[in-house]
Amino acid sequence: MSLPDRPLVLIVDDEPQIRRLLTVTLEANAYRVLSAASGQEGLVLAAQHRPALVVLDIGLPDLSGQEVLRRLREWSNAPVIVLSVLDDEKGKVAALDAGADDYVTKPFNTDELLARLRVALRRSTKTEEAVVVRAKNLVVDLATRRVTVDGREVKLSVIEYNLLRLLARHAGKVLTHRQILNEVWGAGHENDTHYLRVYIAHLREKLEGNPESPELILTELGVGYRFIANE
Amino acid sequence: MERDRPNPDALLAALQREETRLRRGRLKVFLGMCAGVGKTYAMLEAARREFATGRDVVIGYLETHGRKETDALAEGLPAIPRRHKEYRGIQLSELDLDAALARKPSLILVDEFAHSNAPESRHPKRYQDVLELLDAGIDVFTTLNIQHLESRAEAVSQITSVTIHETVPDTALTDAEFELVDLPPDELRARLAAGKVYLPDRAATAQDRFFNAGNLSALRELALRFAAEHVGQEVLAERRAHGTGTPWKSSQRLLVAVSASPTSASLVRWTRRLAGELHAAWLAVYVESTRALSDEEQARLARHLALARELGAEIITTTDDDVVRGILRTAREQNVTQIVVGKPAGGRMTELFHGGSVLNRLIRGSGQIDVLVVRAEGVKVSRRPLPSDHLWKMDWRAYAWAAGVVAGVTGLNAGLDLFAGVYALALTYLLAVVVLALFVGRGPVFLAATLSALLWNFCFLPPRFTFFITHFQDGMMFTMYFVVALVLGQLTTRIRAQQTAERLREQRATALYLLTRELAESPDLAQLLAVVIRQVGQAFHAEVALSLPDEVQTVPVTPYFASSWTLSDKEQAVAVWAFQHRQAAGQGTNNLPAGEGLHLPLVAGAHTAGVLSLRFHDAPPLSPAQHDLLEAFTRQIALVLDRERLRDAETEAKLLAESERLGTMLLNSVSHELRTPLSAIGSVAGGLRASGGLNPAQQSLTVELDEAVRRLNRLVQNLLDLSRLEAGHLRTNPDWHDLRDLLRAALQNLGGALDRHEIKIEIPADLPPVKLDAVLTEQILVNLLGNAAGHTPPGTKIEFQARAEADHLVLRVADNGPGLPPGDPARWFDRFQRGPAAVAGGTGIGLSLVKGFAEAQGGSVRAENRAGGGALFTVKLPLAKLPPIPEEKE
Repeated sequence: MSLPDRPLVLIVDDEPQIRRLLTVTLEANAYRVLSAASGQEGLVLAAQHRPALVVLDIGLPDLSGQEVLRRLREWSNAPVIVLSVLDDEKGKVAALDAGADDYVTKPFNTDELLARLRVALRRSTKTEEAVVVRAKNLVVDLATRRVTVDGREVKLSVIEYNLLRLLARHAGKVLTHRQILNEVWGAGHENDTHYLRVYIAHLREKLEGNPESPELILTELGVGYRFIANE
Repeated sequence: MERDRPNPDALLAALQREETRLRRGRLKVFLGMCAGVGKTYAMLEAARREFATGRDVVIGYLETHGRKETDALAEGLPAIPRRHKEYRGIQLSELDLDAALARKPSLILVDEFAHSNAPESRHPKRYQDVLELLDAGIDVFTTLNIQHLESRAEAVSQITSVTIHETVPDTALTDAEFELVDLPPDELRARLAAGKVYLPDRAATAQDRFFNAGNLSALRELALRFAAEHVGQEVLAERRAHGTGTPWKSSQRLLVAVSASPTSASLVRWTRRLAGELHAAWLAVYVESTRALSDEEQARLARHLALARELGAEIITTTDDDVVRGILRTAREQNVTQIVVGKPAGGRMTELFHGGSVLNRLIRGSGQIDVLVVRAEGVKVSRRPLPSDHLWKMDWRAYAWAAGVVAGVTGLNAGLDLFAGVYALALTYLLAVVVLALFVGRGPVFLAATLSALLWNFCFLPPRFTFFITHFQDGMMFTMYFVVALVLGQLTTRIRAQQTAERLREQRATALYLLTRELAESPDLAQLLAVVIRQVGQAFHAEVALSLPDEVQTVPVTPYFASSWTLSDKEQAVAVWAFQHRQAAGQGTNNLPAGEGLHLPLVAGAHTAGVLSLRFHDAPPLSPAQHDLLEAFTRQIALVLDRERLRDAETEAKLLAESERLGTMLLNSVSHELRTPLSAIGSVAGGLRASGGLNPAQQSLTVELDEAVRRLNRLVQNLLDLSRLEAGHLRTNPDWHDLRDLLRAALQNLGGALDRHEIKIEIPADLPPVKLDAVLTEQILVNLLGNAAGHTPPGTKIEFQARAEADHLVLRVADNGPGLPPGDPARWFDRFQRGPAAVAGGTGIGLSLVKGFAEAQGGSVRAENRAGGGALFTVKLPLAKLPPIPEEKE
């Protein structure tokens, strides 16, 4: 890959060590890297260089992660991956609701981060939405509303199908409880998490090879769900 | 969480900005009953005190009317020049609002709140200028006469027959602080006579009409009452701010007439229900007549009033011999929209004479006010004893006096008979009757009138010493004398009774006002209690003891040391009873009446603030008026004590929140500092692996590195959790979860720690979603499973089982290791306990966290040995019922 073809990643983190590490790791994996130590600087660099992706620490000293996201989202659709800490579920949810695409929990695994980066970039460069989503032995045809597992048609209720369609259309991305509930059940149901638990269990029962260890619909504890499609 | 690391300086600055923006100026009103009481003077004095403390005080507008003392006081205070304006040839000068806003002092004086501005000013009324100043964050001192207050203007008009033009809506005075400038009517009249009160020319003609003693004392009472009520309202507002009060939502105001009649209680309850439904405020009104009540009636009345107060009514006692007039007057004064009265019971005759006519008159006179007639259920009571009988018993001395005076006058007349005509003697009798009426009640006056008429006829009218009347003229005179004596006597009695009642009412209002003012001014609890004891003692001629609940409310009451009455053990027990049962007890009540004192619980909402105990110097019972006042006192005291309690609680809560905030910030920054290098190490390991050029041995080293990072991260997590638990900062965030998801997250978190064990998982397929805190529960599972793996030999089986029992979720982790060593198994949940078989490196805090996290969610933990060997840990967590999920239409 020639240098200009490599995707440009902007890292916004106040820890110099993390910045250096990410820079080295990402450059070794065919990315170009810019880094900023504060939210303000990050926004300026993002405006000047239009990065393909932003890695954002949500614990910045000057601006909150949500504030950076909000300002960035005013003019940019570049995917944003948020760095957060283990027990900060609220922070993760808030960042995702504010427009972040994914999150990685510190201390993060490099392989995991790189995988998330790839998924996010692929999603953002995809020009048109796939009509057929494939995941392992599941096929969801969004045009005909047909759902098959191993070629056998699976009968889903309306809500089950709506839920699956939403997850499938955003394959690879974390959808928060609030986003899903709002989309499938409508406004006013944002806190009815129990609906979601029951219906996801139904879906797993019907679609997963082994519902005990799901591979298609993954739970992001305290945050939401992620659908894993074939690459 | 790391978002919680704001720069403290920036935070402070932002807070200050917010504060300045939000802070509205404070309004202080110097309230007087009428012109000339010295409001402006009092305002200037207060302003000088502020000025002396270095505040930026400015005179915006001051009307001294050229009085020297006032002018002298204004000397030296900076002033904003007035804005002069000519309107139709008249020079008008007004407050220069723009200059005041530009100058932006800390405090500005604006005299005469109710003044109307010159035409074409920015606002038609001066109070609107003041509101603008307040909005700009400037504090304002102003002056106001009670008659200019919209809600009181009508009452003043009625009292003085003067129409009030300039009024201020009560809403303009929301949040205002009042200082009453009080002057006894006599002194005011003296000042008036000395020309010290300025009156505009056109008002001078009305001067005598307006400033007569009767008007002044009525106005004074209005002002006193307003001030007393307002101090009460401030307390109420405070209570509302703490969410304990009920703000009335509708504009409806109900009035229920309360009497000694046994049906009153059910009327009161009925009205309470209606008021609740309408979200309306309601008043219970007792119209006190000059007729004395029997002891039984008094007790019943007191019970009814207490009931109404308990149910949340505002209690108003007014004096009028005509019940209907009293009710209607109160209803108008209080802007009542609906009056509730009982349906008259009994036959048609009774109705005609009593209820019916009362009801008809009430309906006819009610005008805009709705009258609700309600069927009242009451216990039948024995009829009231006949009035004459009753009065005779009460006032036999007065009757004796009446008879004596008439007899005396007869003797005098016998002497005068020689010099004066028979008609002149009648006038002597008349004089005696009128004079008598000034001292005794109606019955004796009636007796005197009758007796004197008969004696005059018998002794003096020819033919003498007979009751015969021969001349028509004499007959006419006799009849006329009788009627005149009767009417004059009754009128005099009534006027006197009304005067007495008025005086009593004013005394009551003054006493209550003094109490509320002193309470409001008390800087601390000790002084406040001293004020209560002194004021109550003075007002009721009693020794007073005040008992407050202990810090720990199990021993309910300890008497306050400054009490003027030292309670005996027996009295103390009665006080405790009153406290516990929230009812009055002791003398004159139905509870433990044998004691030597009266014990009143100080009830404010759901909280009992203490007990007020009184031992009266005079013999009880208290008159209804005194009773009413005492009730008002206790309510006021309870409110103030409750306010103190709330204030303390609030301070404590603030301190707690602050320490919690600091603690959280510290933990977050520690978490950040520990995890950042861990992240770096983990990334380096991953980076090395990803870079390719490593041989297999080096590859496996990076995996070891990953595992070490994971373990260290768990330790950091546990230590931080421990600190949170310890500091009491743990907040649970329960939500619905699939238990399988929680278990999977825990297993993932444990990474390779369980690799060398066989894990058997048993979760029923039909286990519904459970409402738990995800993070805490995951940590419970991580620690239980990690603990099992750490204490058992590799290759053994670890069993996890979840089960829903009635209202609990039961989680069990069983292992096949050596089991727990002998001793109390509960101690394994204590901190830093490590089992003998523990692998090196355990910290002994895992199980204590399990216990802490389970308890934080309302659950419990248990450790025991299994029958077949191995240890068994059980965690029980409360299981919330799953709310219904709407059925789907297929």
